[in-house]
Order: sequence, then structure tokens, then C-alpha cells
Amino acid sequence: MSVSKKSFELLAWFSVVVLAFGGCNPGGSGSGTVTLQGAGATFPNPLYQKWLSEYGKLHPNVRIDYQSIGSGGGIKQLKEQTVDFGASDSPMKDEDLKSAPGEVLHIPTVLGAVVITYNLQGVSQALRFSPEVVADIFLGKIKKWNDPKIAADNPGVTLPTTDITVVHRSDGSGTSAVFTDYLSKVSSEWKDKVGAGTSPSWPTGIGGKGNEGVTGQVKNTPNTIGYVELAYAVQNKLPVAQIKNASGNFIAPSIDGVTAAAAASAANTPDDLRVSITNAAGPDAYPISSYTYILVYKNQKDAGKGKTLVDFLWWGIHEGENYAKDLQYAPLPDDIVKRAEAKINSITAGGTPLR
Amino acid sequence: MFLVALLMVGIVVAMVVALAADSMLSIRQFGFGFLTSQRWNPIQGDFGALPFIYGTVASSLIALLISVPLSMGIAIFLVEQAPYYIARPVGFLVELLAAIPSVVYGLWGIFVLAPFLREYIEPALAKWFGWTPFFRGSITGIGLLTGGIILAIMVTPIISAVVRDVLTAVPGTQREAALALGATKWEMIRVVLVNGAPGIAGAVILGLGRAVGETMAVTMVIGNRPQISFSLFEPSYTIASAIANEFTEATGDLYLSALVELGLILFLVTFVVNGIARVLVWNVTRKTGGVGKAA
Repeated sequence: MSVSKKSFELLAWFSVVVLAFGGCNPGGSGSGTVTLQGAGATFPNPLYQKWLSEYGKLHPNVRIDYQSIGSGGGIKQLKEQTVDFGASDSPMKDEDLKSAPGEVLHIPTVLGAVVITYNLQGVSQALRFSPEVVADIFLGKIKKWNDPKIAADNPGVTLPTTDITVVHRSDGSGTSAVFTDYLSKVSSEWKDKVGAGTSPSWPTGIGGKGNEGVTGQVKNTPNTIGYVELAYAVQNKLPVAQIKNASGNFIAPSIDGVTAAAAASAANTPDDLRVSITNAAGPDAYPISSYTYILVYKNQKDAGKGKTLVDFLWWGIHEGENYAKDLQYAPLPDDIVKRAEAKINSITAGGTPLR
Repeated sequence: MFLVALLMVGIVVAMVVALAADSMLSIRQFGFGFLTSQRWNPIQGDFGALPFIYGTVASSLIALLISVPLSMGIAIFLVEQAPYYIARPVGFLVELLAAIPSVVYGLWGIFVLAPFLREYIEPALAKWFGWTPFFRGSITGIGLLTGGIILAIMVTPIISAVVRDVLTAVPGTQREAALALGATKWEMIRVVLVNGAPGIAGAVILGLGRAVGETMAVTMVIGNRPQISFSLFEPSYTIASAIANEFTEATGDLYLSALVELGLILFLVTFVVNGIARVLVWNVTRKTGGVGKAA
């Protein structure tokens, strides 16, 4: 008898402790720990991890986890409401937005770019490409490096007579989506035959898995051409091509060129901030650029969590932008920050604004 | 014990059911045409598995063409010829090859094998056998041939280890009888091989099963391009590679469903191949095991 009495007592104490700790959580106003879950794009993952660790230092009671499972997975988990925020390189499609259980906001965080890299022995200066030439190479129509169309863009460069081997991503990727979005804009033939998407049906070439796979193939195989993220190309010191932009200037990929593309597209950026900024018009704009987004529900179910999320996003697009350049991401231009602020301010919980 | 065994069966059944359920959308949409269509276009939502099935089968066959003679040689050497102090360490080293993670084979494939094939082997093949449809096209070192060779290196330890066990199981009386009748050493080995034939076939099919399902190493060197080309220099794509590559960013229900259906096809192929292997190996060990004990 006495044994069971004791265990009852223990149980009672245990429940008191659990209740006491559990009671702190819902408010999330300082005393308890608030945990947020996010999942999505792999491309901004290094930056988001930096954000999480820096934000964690400032707010020890906030714990945010981000899993880089890919944009597709991020959108899927957001729709299934298994995460507090999603992340995607390309904006959600209309039908995805419609089938989501609530209104989804797109908060742009930073910008990235896709660069053309190549392995061409005996050519020391950076190659230059017009948009049509890039499209024709990846369509398999330009087969030789000394094709007159390539030569026309590169006067004075002695091009070899060898075959071009195209290297593309074999895994589904936001990088491919941005690149094919660009090709669809500059080549109607590309748009009709291939189109834009994370896993296009490539007309030619060999596939490498991930940025590292494409880089490996390009580095190891002479006469190849491929595309990778700007950050990846810079870190690995790959040769990169200059691309002719919509204003007719050849632009080497750089963080400033990417921000310029975003600034040039700011005027025709729609209200929901879902926009493609490839082939942007500015004179200094690097043409194969894109936003990456964090996706959140406009109406948050849990006020405590929602408040934490809103504070984190606000910090991200202000202080957080300072970490972008070191990691080779382009920070948002000022007027886009203003518009993202308005988006964050519109987030509510049960009708009450959270900021 | 019975319950544990039942649990394993249950897991297999549950997997097939889950795969079939998730691929229902794709099965309804494409029907039998999924197996015969060559188109794989996620943007247009048009999916067909034939290039992947071809790539899987072709790369596995190349692997077997190379690794079966090699494995037979290794096993015969270890069982019939090598003295004990050589057979043990060599056998150990061959088995060690099986323990190397496949991604390491893949890295080795990209950085060593592919450049080697591109510089030396493929130009020679193109020069001497370029008139056949099998060795045409641009030489990149990446493609069906490289994928097949990587697979050959990976399945050789498995096949040679099983063949070695099969040959060891052939009773010594068979050898003695052959030699007593005046057979040379090679003729005696032929007798042993005939005795172990079903087991050897089982070993080969076990290797085939591994080759069919191998993912990482092949993905890194095969070129990942869904096409059917007879040239071994051309890039190709296997079922396992396609799933590993495209699953994370597969947006859209039909796309996901088509990938799951690929998984279902791979599952069934591996299941059948392994089943045949088990039966063959069981067949030979049962027969010879009995005779061996009597001797």
C-alpha cells in the first residue's frame, strides 16, 4: 500500500512540474523557449544557418531550426502545416497558392545568381556570351567552340575546334529553374522546346548532382560548359563568363550586378513580390539573377510563435542583410526592403497585427 | 522468432502496398505506356520509364560482362590453385572492396576512372571499334561505359566471394575422382565448375541485384540523361539515380507519383532477381552439402 501511495505522490509532483513548465510556453513572452521550425531551399541555407546562430545569440529564448530539404519540400511542408515557415528559390505557383490552407506571403530575403563556367584550355581571358549563344549551346545547336557565333562575341580570342560538352544539374534544383527561366525569356525556341523548371528535359549534355557535381564534371572534363550558383563559383575560383544583358552590356557576375538587377526590376515587381528578375533591364544588371523567399502564412495560428517569427523576419531583412555579402549573396535593394516590411507588418494572429 | 520473421514479411508487403498506393496517380494517368514511353519531361508533366529501365539494365549487363570472368578467375585461383598463405589475405582484400562506401567509388570514378577512360581507353575503343554502333559519339569519360565499369568493380567482390563459397562446397571426392580418371588440372576444374554451376549462376544474379539497385556511384559517373543510345560513350540514367536525383525538388503530385512508380518498378526487378538467386544457391548447396557429408 505504502509503495503505491508514494508513487502517487511522485506522479502528482511530476504533473505539477510539467504544468509549471508547460504553462510558460504559449505566451512566449520571455520566460519560456519558443521553437520555430522551417524547411525548404538549399541555396540560401548557409545564410539562414548564420542568421539562426546570430539571432540565437541575441535571443537566447528563441530556438529556430531550418532544414534544407529543397524548395519543393519546403512548399509541401508549408502546405501541410508541419513547419512554421517554408523557403523557396522560385515563387509559389498560383495553383499551389490556391490549394494552400491559408494566404501565403512571400518575404524576399536575399538574391542569388547563376553563372556560366567552363573548362577551355589555352583561353585565359573571361569568355563573353550573348543570350542567344547561351541558349543555342544548351539547345545543342552550337556544337563547336570555334562556332562563328561564339567568335563574334569574343574578338581576339583563339577558340579551339573541339566539341562543346554541356554539363547541367541532374537533380531538381532552384538553380536550374532560374537558369531555364532566363533561357525561356531570351530564346523562344527554348521556351517552346524545353521551358522553365527545376528539372527540365535537357536537349543535350551530361548531368552532375548538385553544384559540386557540375563543378566536378566541368573541372575534370576539357571543353565543357556548365552553370552553378555565384557563391559556389566564387568560393571555388571557377572561371566565369560575362553575359550580355538586356541593355547590351557584357556583365561579369557579381553581387552588385545582382542587386542592380533587383533594383532595375523594382518598378514592375507586383504587389505580392512574386517576380522573376532574369534578363533585367538596368545597364549594370547581371541577367541571370533571382530572389529567394521565406514563405509564411499571413494569419498565424499561435500568437506567441507568430510574434517570434515576425521579429525574426524583421531582423533578417534589416540586420540580417549585413551577413549576406560575406557569404556571396546579394542584399535586397532598399525599396524592396520597404515593401517586405509592409508584408511582415501585415502578418496577424486572430486578426491582431503582430508588430 | 516466428513473429520476427513475420514482421519482416509484413514490412516488405507494406512497402509494396505503399509504393503502389503512392504511384496510383501515375499508373492511372499513363497506364502501361509508362513502361514504353521514352519521354521524361517534368515541366510538361509527361513521364515514361523506358530510358531508365534501359540504363539500369544496360549498365548492369556491362558490369556483369566485365565482372563475371574476373570473379570466376579470382574464385578459381583462391580455391583451386593458391596456397593457403596467399588465398587467405587475397580473399580478405577482395572482400574488403565490398565494404567501401559507394560514394567513395563515385568520387574515385569522377577523379580517376573517368579521366583515365577519356584519355586512354575510349579513344582506343573509338579507333578500333568505332565502326560498331557501340563506340560512337563524343568522348567525355562520363557515360554508360564508365557507369558499367564502376559497377563491375563494385559487384566483383560479391560475385567472387559467393563463387568461392560454392566451389569450396563442391566435395573433394569429385576432384579426386576426376584426377583419378586421368584428368588434367584444368579438366578437373571444369568438373568442379559444372558441379557448382547453379550456385555460380546464383552468385551472378546476386551481383546483378546489387548492380541494379546501386545508386550513388553510378549517379556520379553515368551522365544522368534519360535517353536510349546504343553507344556506350553516351550518357545514360538508371532508375535508382533518377529517384535519388529528382525526389527532393519534385514539385507537383504527378511528378512525385511517377518517381514512386519508378521505385515500384525497381523494387519488383530487384525482388525477382534476388528470388531467383536464392533458389539457385539453395539448390546447389542442398545437393552438394549432402554428398559432402557422406564423404
